[in-house]
Amino acid sequence: MNAIEVQQLHVSYQDKPVLWNIHFQVPAGVNYAIIGPNGAGKTTLLKALLGEVKPALGAVRFFGHPLDEVRSRVSYVPQRQLVDWDFPVNVLDVVLMGRYASRGLLARIHRSDRERAMEALASLGMVDLASRQISKLSGGQQQRVFIARALAADADLYIMDEPFAGVDLQTEKIIVEILHRLKKEGKTTLTVHHDLTTVNEYFDGVIMINGRLVACGPVAETFRHDNLSETFGGKLPILESVIQQSHKNPVQK
Amino acid sequence: MNAFWMICTGILVAVSCSSLGSFLILQRKTMLADAISHAVLPGIALAYLLSGSRSPFFMMFGASVSGVFTAFLVEWLEKKAGVQTDSSIGVTYTWLFAVGIILISAFAGQTDLDQDCVLFGELVYVPLNKVEFAGFRIPLQTLQLVPVTGLVFAFIWLFYPALKVYSFDPSFARMRGLRGLLLHYLFMTLVSLTTVFSFESVGAILVVALLVVPAVTARMLTGRLSLLLLYAALFAVASVLGGYAAAYALDNTLSACIALCSGLYFALVFGLKQLFLQRVQKKLFTTGPEGSEVRV
Repeated sequence: MNAIEVQQLHVSYQDKPVLWNIHFQVPAGVNYAIIGPNGAGKTTLLKALLGEVKPALGAVRFFGHPLDEVRSRVSYVPQRQLVDWDFPVNVLDVVLMGRYASRGLLARIHRSDRERAMEALASLGMVDLASRQISKLSGGQQQRVFIARALAADADLYIMDEPFAGVDLQTEKIIVEILHRLKKEGKTTLTVHHDLTTVNEYFDGVIMINGRLVACGPVAETFRHDNLSETFGGKLPILESVIQQSHKNPVQK
Repeated sequence: MNAFWMICTGILVAVSCSSLGSFLILQRKTMLADAISHAVLPGIALAYLLSGSRSPFFMMFGASVSGVFTAFLVEWLEKKAGVQTDSSIGVTYTWLFAVGIILISAFAGQTDLDQDCVLFGELVYVPLNKVEFAGFRIPLQTLQLVPVTGLVFAFIWLFYPALKVYSFDPSFARMRGLRGLLLHYLFMTLVSLTTVFSFESVGAILVVALLVVPAVTARMLTGRLSLLLLYAALFAVASVLGGYAAAYALDNTLSACIALCSGLYFALVFGLKQLFLQRVQKKLFTTGPEGSEVRV
């Protein structure tokens, strides 16, 4: 069973094409990364997958179904810069949103929701911050709150947009633990990632895009020099060292 | 007794406007409310021309339809035509307002409806038009505002969690299957209704002032949504009371005094907060950094 299946996906903003003929599959129960240079359409791809942007052409299926039939099985971690962190809520309030947002307009919050939300916070090492106002969080803590919110939704597929961007080392470690744990539980993750040196260490598979699909598959077979240079263009010496480094000492970082 | 009815009406408007306003400022949509409050004019004019009556029911219907239409048009221009939000608001409401004025002018001879009576209500005139209700003589506009305020409370109570997630992170809400657009249009319907009925009783400037100013003032004081709603309502009511006292003392326009009063509270809270922050910052650096998580 594939967690995600994308066929012939074409997306354009107004008259400017952003993604051409993207097609790939992500099997269930793995951690996949999406990589590509700035402006490659990574975030657009996520938006198109999640129905936020309407594709000009193409089809996306989750667990064999269109998104609307399986929305409750798909959770999402947006880029944290997209919301107002001065908003008058505390950490627990935000995590609870992961519980009730899928229950419709008349949703109420139950005690079991609070328990589940606290569990999610615990797995990110944030229990003692539950009642903290979100404006008083550091960047890494904000990121963890967003991940806790996604986890609280109890989904089967977690789609994350640059969760490692600009976070502290502790947060990065915690997110990696979460990736491992989710995989152990049979869940699937798809993460937009920017740090090429850690692809090999953190992920099972990689989707490489640059407006179009360059390659998709297990890291060992796909994360290669030729694909990388095709994805990122000219800067070959840098890419060379990236690959050598990440394949030589995958754990050391 | 007239004073009582004026204050009563003012408080009803204050409470409903400030509650809706709290969500509007969080969603950064106060300008949309301002636009709606003007763009309801063609709806009211059409409702009046088609029905031939000024009954609240038709006014309500016409106002809601054009209010939602405004919200829809703004959304549509933004999404489909790629026009910036503030520009699409500017395009939409000036156009609709113009249509409203043209409709009213064209048929002015046959109606007793003019833009003045829709846009420039004055609280002082509220007690003049009383009706019999449950054995009491109550001003019509005060009576009309009771169900509107009730509707605002019911809406917020019913949709509170949904409003919270939608206001904080609309794209996450949509992703998880929340029907955010439906909520948005319901909310805008309510904004249209509230502004129309409030306009009639207190005038345009005061409605916009009460939608925005008490909520912004309360926003400076709390980091909790429920308290934001409470404080905003309190500031709004205090503006009505303070404004009434000022108007009485200065023998001046009541609506303007209330709006002025809400602005003064804002300035006061802002000033005090700045002073407080300066103190705290000084303390921070004289006593040395204690917690690494304190953000200055």
